[in-house]
Amino acid sequence: MFGYVLRRLLGAIPTLFFVVTASFFLMRVAPGGPFDRERALEAKVLENINKVFHLDKPLWEQYLRYLGNLLRGDLGPSFIYRDFSVQELLGSGLPISIQLGGTALLVALFFGSVLGCIAALRQNSWIDYGVIAVATFGITVPNFVVAPLLSLIFGVWLSMLPAGGWGNGSPANMVLPVLTLALPQIAIVARLIRGSMIEALRSDHVRTARAYGLPSRMVVVVHALRAACLPVVSYLGPAAAALLTGSVVVETIFGLPGIGRYFVQGALNRDYTLVMGTVIIIAVFVVVFNLIVDLLYAVLDPRVRYD
Amino acid sequence: MMMKTMMRGLLAGAAFMASASAASAVTYVRGNDSDPETLDQHKTSTISEAHLLRDLYEGLVIYDPEANVIPGVAESWQVSDDGTVYTFKLRADATWSNGDPVTAEDFVFSFQRIQNPETGAKYATILYPIKNAEKINKGELEPGELGVKAVDDKTLEITLEQPTPYFLELLTHQTGLPLNKASVEEHGSDFVKPENIVTNGAYTLVSITPNDKIVMEKNENFREADTVSIDRIEWIPFEDRASCVRRFEAGEVHSCSDLPAEQLKSIRDRLGDQVRTPPYLGTYYYALNTQNEALSDARVRQALSMAIDREFIGEEIWSGAMLPAYSQVPPGIGNYIDNPPQYEWAEESLIDREDRAIELMTEAGYGPDKPLELELSYNASENHKNTATAIADMWSPLGVKVTFNVRDGSAHYAHLRDSDDYQVARAGWIGDYSDPQNFLFLVESDNTGFNYAKYKNPEYDALMDKAAAETDLEKRAEILAEAERMFLRDTPFIPLLFYSSLSLVSDKLQGWEDNIQNVHATRFMSISE
Repeated sequence: MFGYVLRRLLGAIPTLFFVVTASFFLMRVAPGGPFDRERALEAKVLENINKVFHLDKPLWEQYLRYLGNLLRGDLGPSFIYRDFSVQELLGSGLPISIQLGGTALLVALFFGSVLGCIAALRQNSWIDYGVIAVATFGITVPNFVVAPLLSLIFGVWLSMLPAGGWGNGSPANMVLPVLTLALPQIAIVARLIRGSMIEALRSDHVRTARAYGLPSRMVVVVHALRAACLPVVSYLGPAAAALLTGSVVVETIFGLPGIGRYFVQGALNRDYTLVMGTVIIIAVFVVVFNLIVDLLYAVLDPRVRYD
Repeated sequence: MMMKTMMRGLLAGAAFMASASAASAVTYVRGNDSDPETLDQHKTSTISEAHLLRDLYEGLVIYDPEANVIPGVAESWQVSDDGTVYTFKLRADATWSNGDPVTAEDFVFSFQRIQNPETGAKYATILYPIKNAEKINKGELEPGELGVKAVDDKTLEITLEQPTPYFLELLTHQTGLPLNKASVEEHGSDFVKPENIVTNGAYTLVSITPNDKIVMEKNENFREADTVSIDRIEWIPFEDRASCVRRFEAGEVHSCSDLPAEQLKSIRDRLGDQVRTPPYLGTYYYALNTQNEALSDARVRQALSMAIDREFIGEEIWSGAMLPAYSQVPPGIGNYIDNPPQYEWAEESLIDREDRAIELMTEAGYGPDKPLELELSYNASENHKNTATAIADMWSPLGVKVTFNVRDGSAHYAHLRDSDDYQVARAGWIGDYSDPQNFLFLVESDNTGFNYAKYKNPEYDALMDKAAAETDLEKRAEILAEAERMFLRDTPFIPLLFYSSLSLVSDKLQGWEDNIQNVHATRFMSISE
């Protein structure tokens, strides 16, 4: 098992190297640079700034310099937020994105599984149809509609919760963004669990368990649910990586200091180093969560072994 | 390394919470357009940075609540007869937040630093009127040769290249704010960090959390600290303007620095007088590439301008957030004549104008049989798109067929800078200082950065040079007006709309005066419960 993890982590190094290289050059293909704005800069002024950021050097030299710094753990200065290094920006934003995304993930897992199980056990009842309807709604209504709506209803009209802001992470400020992030995930998890649960309830090993006369609750929770979790786990790998690295929409609408918007802002501003930093973080999360998924498979499915 | 920064962030957060609960002071929660790119005044370029820096620092001269230039750190000044030497007398009680006196040497240091090529200052050009500034910025002279010197601790002498009637106005810009020499020399570029920064304005910087908030507290060492009524400011960046409106309605912020133009009518219905839309010093225009074969004909350019229904665009597309523009220089600008020039057809009905425009196009050889095909480039945005679509429709009776070329902001402006093949391009200009020169210099032949029209007219350049050399303000205004008449005749840019500044100001907030520069220093405001 340990050897397997080590092999996978070593295998991630070329993947990350490829991601870094591809995104470095792709960024530069986009026309325009970090200092092209409505207010054009005088040629000499632009030259001065480019020199400060080594943008006057040939691209391959910039690339080697970036790689060298990266190996030393230095993600470089942000081209746009000139008072901060990319580390500082990501370092202050990432814990917040993780806190928000992690909470949303737990909420989604809990409610999604419960709803999915209930729907599966009461297949074709009004409860089942209700869950499917809610799930379809949750998946189809985009978060840029849900977020302002929640803020308007609970923040402005009912004055129950803050309409926005981080408030140093107080629970009241987290409710609406977490809800926005969790809603589509609840829907997806509920649908996945419902589908695989219905299948699992009909499977041989569950029928055998029933035939042995095990109590119904135990059959559902221990035998059926465990098998029904597999598709959710494989879905959650990439989904968790995406949730934990922040959402540009939710962060912008609620005014939250996470890292989700750095990716989009950075790309629009041609803030090369900030985009690279965000890409690396996302890549690391994806690699790690895919590994976790594979390990969880071994726990959940007795047929899978990594030796 | 990452972990260390994270820990530092967490600790700073904890310290901040402790200090917040201790104070029950008057706090102004102030919406801003965006986070600053930097708080180093020499590297700044945006309006949101100007708002922040205005509260942190005080320049030689400042704006009062109505945006008139009044004495700041300088209590008085004298100008030499030829208008090229300004001698400022600094106040004896001007002090830095660490208790040090503000000296003439601090200003010398600051003005040299912004021109030093190593600083990489985006806005160094704005202070080029100072003697040798341009040459230093271009690396031809040493910073020490700048025309700024400390006669003694409290006397500063600034020598200009030539008389510049708007020079005092220029000094209100954030690039003219002083830096504490000792602090910058000690901390280098980290002098802007809250734990290092030394300011001389009404406020000091407490903390800065990107995309969350910037906290400032009253500077007890400020020379007029006893007149400052708001103790603490929390600046919130709102990339999403509608979020600010919701938080305003929820009572969470006292003011918003910008509003979603498309919702302006409904916001006004709900919030009434708290919505402020005074005229702003800015012009929204289409640049016409005069080097392009079709657009090299002034009749075509004139016809294109003539056929545009600006009232419709301002009212329907921008919900009244923009005003129709029939001249390049916005109304209400300083140092100008009483009746500034505008298109002679501005008052004519649209139908007559359209007929005249069709005639001009026919003269130029275009019509239904030989349509003029134009490419219109703009930077992606919902309102820019609607504006462009409407204008394309207004041009179709002239036999003009429009195709669109949409890019994001960075790519759009890079394209204007690097290529020659565009035809019509959207752009906008917000004045740096209240003077017509700042709007007319855009199309001078040697203005390679902003002359998107590639307009080259020696007569126009001669007028601008003549205005620059003229020390009599009234005569100068007449010369500039003549230049603008020439501009309108030749129409290198089609002026479309004048900006308004859009703000939400709570009834509880006193002392916010609407003004054309949209400057609102917190030190002049107060909050009633």
